[in-house]
Amino acid sequence: MMSEVHPREILICTVAKLLDGVRHVAVGASSPIPAAGAMLLRALKQQAGEKGPRISILGSVEHNFFTNGSAELFDCAGQGRIDAFFLGGGQIDGRGNVNLVGTGDYPQTPVRWPGSFGSAYLYYVVPRVILFREEHTPRTLVEKVDFISAPGVSDDGVYRSGGPIALLTSKALFRFDKTRPGFDLQSVHPGHDLAGIKDATGFQFTHESQPEQTALPDPQTLALLRGRVYDEVAETYPDFAAQMRREIERPLSHAS
Amino acid sequence: MVSDLRALAKYVEPGIRLALPVDYAGVSMAMTRPIIERNTRNLDLVCVPTGGLQVDQLVGAGLVRSVETSAVSLGEAGGAPRFNAAVKDGAIALKDATCPAIHAGLMAAQKGSPFMPMRGLIGSDLLHHRSDWRVINNPLADGGDPIVLIPAIKPDITIFHAPMADRFGNVWIGRRRELAAMAYASATTLVTVERIVDDSLLANEMSAAGVLPALYVTEVAVAPKGAWPYGLWGEYPTDTAEILRYARAARSAEGFADYMTNAQMEPA
Repeated sequence: MMSEVHPREILICTVAKLLDGVRHVAVGASSPIPAAGAMLLRALKQQAGEKGPRISILGSVEHNFFTNGSAELFDCAGQGRIDAFFLGGGQIDGRGNVNLVGTGDYPQTPVRWPGSFGSAYLYYVVPRVILFREEHTPRTLVEKVDFISAPGVSDDGVYRSGGPIALLTSKALFRFDKTRPGFDLQSVHPGHDLAGIKDATGFQFTHESQPEQTALPDPQTLALLRGRVYDEVAETYPDFAAQMRREIERPLSHAS
Repeated sequence: MVSDLRALAKYVEPGIRLALPVDYAGVSMAMTRPIIERNTRNLDLVCVPTGGLQVDQLVGAGLVRSVETSAVSLGEAGGAPRFNAAVKDGAIALKDATCPAIHAGLMAAQKGSPFMPMRGLIGSDLLHHRSDWRVINNPLADGGDPIVLIPAIKPDITIFHAPMADRFGNVWIGRRRELAAMAYASATTLVTVERIVDDSLLANEMSAAGVLPALYVTEVAVAPKGAWPYGLWGEYPTDTAEILRYARAARSAEGFADYMTNAQMEPA
């Protein structure tokens, strides 16, 4: 018997769906859920006899194909060789702008975050950027960011081969509509509802009157995730894989 | 060994532009203390392309005038406490960048060119706050197509740590090519290594491709475990517990001063 689906497993499976069709996905050094989603997609593809995506995990030795230093990721992205990437940020606003620098007036920001990293380039040139931020509160999802590390959309005439396609949080999945620009609520994760999501979101978004629930993984996908994929995840993120395995075991141990 | 590191630190004069590598590439943590001992102020740091513990300690010691970087953090140990405090107090000037802009600036210097054009950036507040970056229309297009020019970054000094050098001054950098990019762009390059080998690293084709030739290397000194508490690729892992210890201590200026005075400066 399989224990019930963990909320983070729903996120991992959603990431795998958002990545379907990519050839090469790059994942940041401390992003176990996006990495697990990419590894799940690869496992699903390989189970179906296909090749599956190439996964570059920054800072990892075993999942790193680069030999030209830390510039190579950006060169690779600039050439269109990276199809998908994940971006977080201290603030994300309703126009898809991201802030990785800090709150308040720059430069003397009272709260300083690490900085923009590669966002002011990758957000422009990677076709499928998935905004991923587990914390879904009015503090993180704001009407307008205090500092634009990278804009959600660009003016006509500005070179822009990439940008955000979706925003995934612990509560919901949004699609990004760059024509408005703005977010559309795509689905609500189990245990959450539209009213709660409106309260937790600092920006306006469009939605159906009865939004869909985010799909749960089927038993085969879940089994693959809990077997092969967590083994692979553990090579790079041992603490995360161990925590997931502990937490999905808990209901079973209660039952015994 | 300590006297060797102090001799290297003498190159670091007040007001120089100092390039330092990202935390996983080979940070010469062993040089941090000798630099702080000299109390050379008004340093302009260039983080390639991000900074961590070493940058935080130089800022905490009051040696830094400005920081050009794409990020500063202690990784798993969280934000960089003395850097963040200096930002809040306005004690340091910030030149916030994005990783490929730092690489582009070094690449321009490497080629002896005044600038490197780069995609992205337009519409960001990074660009808005960087008066040294310029936007031009692509002169090879039929009109329009704005693109950002990143001026050459020419550090006075680069300092990093690597596994080995040979006795001719050639340094093994493996696939960490950003270390070469830093050295090409810098007037002076100071390297600490785990060990010095007798045979020329250039004599073997397998190792030669991963070598920074002595041509670009000013001085080499031996510093075993010289990246600690950072790890060094192929050699030893990061000592996360020690970085966490620092992160806790350096939350206050007093805690930072106490750590720098009393904490051991090399691995147990």
